[in-house]
Amino acid sequence: MNYLYAIYIPLIPLFFFLLLGIFYKKIKPPVSGWLGTLGLLTVFLISAFLAYNYFFVEGKIGDVYQTYVYKSDWMRFTDTLKIEMGVLIDPISVMMLIVVSTVSLLVHIYSTGYMKGDEGYTKFFAFLSLFTFSMMGLVLSTNLFQIYIFWELVGVSSFLLIGYYYTKPSAVAAAKKAFIVTRFADLGFLIGILIIGYYTGTFDFASLNSLEGPAIANWASQSFMGLSVITWALILIFMGGAGKSAMFPLHIWLPDAMEGPTPVSALIHAATMVVAGVFLVARLFPVYYFVEDGFALHIVAWVGAFSSLFAAIIALTQTDIKRVLAFSTMSQIGYMMLALGVSGYYGHEGLGYMASMFHLFTHAMFKALLFLAAGSVIHAVHTNNLLEMGGLRKYLPVTHLTFLIAALSIAGFPGFAGFFSKDEILVATFEHSKLLYGIGISVAFLTAFYMFRLYFGIFWNKQREYKHTPHESPLAMTLPLMVLAFLSIVTGYIHFSEYVSADKKGFEAHLNVPLATIAVTMAVVGMGLAFLFYKKKTTLPDKIADTLGGLYQWVYHKFYIDELYLFVTKEIIFKRVSTPFAWFDKHVVDGTMNLIGNSTVAGSEKIKGMQSGRIQDYAFAFLGGLVILVIIVVYNLM
Amino acid sequence: MIAGVSIYEILTVTTLLFFIGIYGFLTRKNMITMLLSVELILNASAINFVIMNKYLFPENLEGVYFSIFIIAIAAAESALAVAIIINLYKLVTSVEVEDTETMKY
Repeated sequence: MNYLYAIYIPLIPLFFFLLLGIFYKKIKPPVSGWLGTLGLLTVFLISAFLAYNYFFVEGKIGDVYQTYVYKSDWMRFTDTLKIEMGVLIDPISVMMLIVVSTVSLLVHIYSTGYMKGDEGYTKFFAFLSLFTFSMMGLVLSTNLFQIYIFWELVGVSSFLLIGYYYTKPSAVAAAKKAFIVTRFADLGFLIGILIIGYYTGTFDFASLNSLEGPAIANWASQSFMGLSVITWALILIFMGGAGKSAMFPLHIWLPDAMEGPTPVSALIHAATMVVAGVFLVARLFPVYYFVEDGFALHIVAWVGAFSSLFAAIIALTQTDIKRVLAFSTMSQIGYMMLALGVSGYYGHEGLGYMASMFHLFTHAMFKALLFLAAGSVIHAVHTNNLLEMGGLRKYLPVTHLTFLIAALSIAGFPGFAGFFSKDEILVATFEHSKLLYGIGISVAFLTAFYMFRLYFGIFWNKQREYKHTPHESPLAMTLPLMVLAFLSIVTGYIHFSEYVSADKKGFEAHLNVPLATIAVTMAVVGMGLAFLFYKKKTTLPDKIADTLGGLYQWVYHKFYIDELYLFVTKEIIFKRVSTPFAWFDKHVVDGTMNLIGNSTVAGSEKIKGMQSGRIQDYAFAFLGGLVILVIIVVYNLM
Repeated sequence: MIAGVSIYEILTVTTLLFFIGIYGFLTRKNMITMLLSVELILNASAINFVIMNKYLFPENLEGVYFSIFIIAIAAAESALAVAIIINLYKLVTSVEVEDTETMKY
């Protein structure tokens, strides 16, 4: 039972990144795409082999899924302070390997069609490989520092890919925004890691998560402002996770990140990188659950629930189809956080944990599908604007059908993958808190509504005139759509609870029929409303928007959160705080330095006359010194 | 041993010679005369070596040998110095030490 070969999973994409990156002028477009795809195919096969072995053959010893850790010292400062690198195999990391490799492989195939004819084709595949390397490294991390390193690496790859069209100012601005916002959040993450390291003496996941470990056993020993220091550290770590996963109030970068190419949005900003925050909380779940009776976990639940509702409301009003999907992603990640937040640890109590991972899994499939289908639509009509689309079902039959499957899946229609995972989340939430359940069920309704607004708006509605008759995308693009559509249905039938659970023992989960009925009713009502509003061109939506007036505008402008942040940073921080600091820096700090420099120059101007260049002056000085020395010596001796 | 002359008298002479040399080195403007002054200093010390040897350790000869070395080195040194001065003269057409202070600061 040696899983050491898992190390090749991140290393193969790294190799292809270096290959494509170094020789990017030599390797011409079609070849670089095939190379990248080949690399990912290998990674996918290794991951699948590993997952099969782990889950079905030999991972379970007794009734517990084992955790395998292979690591070595990377940087060793002292005996206790050292940073290790390695791979960690446990149910959630193996599950994430499958998610990342599947979606990444399909996105690679899709990109060979979507990016055809683009100038930076090779560069694009190099960046995709870099991202896959970083994400695999993140998933397999054995300790907090390693995960932090890969965390930043995925941030960099995301930055590079959002700013891929670097001649477009909006893309550059979006890339910077994404980087700065997530970097700001990662500051919290880093402080959290350092606090954990200082108070528990370890960064290692295995010892942190161990129930007798220093974090869980001794959390009460140190406290700060009424809370345990470990709780503070967990809140700060969650801040990093919230930044990466676009949770309120650090969500502002995600909609703008849609400036990147659509396959990137599907891979990074829908399926894999943005769920890193969920993965992080899940990775440290025992610590979150046991320290201070899950205080930090309550914060996770509430932030998740609020973000979920908040994003779903904004998604109702947006007209850029990729932005609707971006807010939908934020909303669904909020769901996952909510599920983690309400979860327990032992056996069936860990339903929320399992539901969160289940939803992460199914969401990756159908959300990647939605993005790729949206990319196919954009490819055909060359616009992102929903208002300029309509009646596309005749032109794009495959895209239409796959989009419909994905939309049904995310709306939670019975029989599709999203139905099963969403049901588990709602059951877990219902058992924990009725208020959170209320939020969850209304988000389910809103999700169904805005997804079908999008669906009807793109594929039905009014027939429009297009400059070029839209045509279906090439096979390289429709094949991944079909595979993902298949996965968006069948992944729901996996008995997920047997494989992934908080205590790693697995349990039996059953469909809760009454709650499922409520959820399905809400979803169907949402779809029905969307059908009434958007199936045909009607004035109904505009009328409602007019009636709501200011409220509609408020939501349309995303609650003015961006404007608020701009105001806070520009008007308050830059003008009120930074300007005095800049003055102080320019005049006092620089002034002191200049004073030292200038006085040295002036002083040397004064005394440089001593170096006359006349040999006799030097000889005189030498002799004078000698005489003085002699006098001193003689006087002392006498 | 020179009859009727004590070591103090000879040392007085060499000391005078030494300081005349230093005075000349510090005050002369002409490089040739400065070179002559340096020779005076060297001669003063050479004489001192011989005198010390003769009066204090008459059975040894190190002081005498040392003064021979000094004379040889002084000859080489003055040949070198004169060569430098001649080259300098070609460059600045002067042997005044004040005209050669371009390497200051």
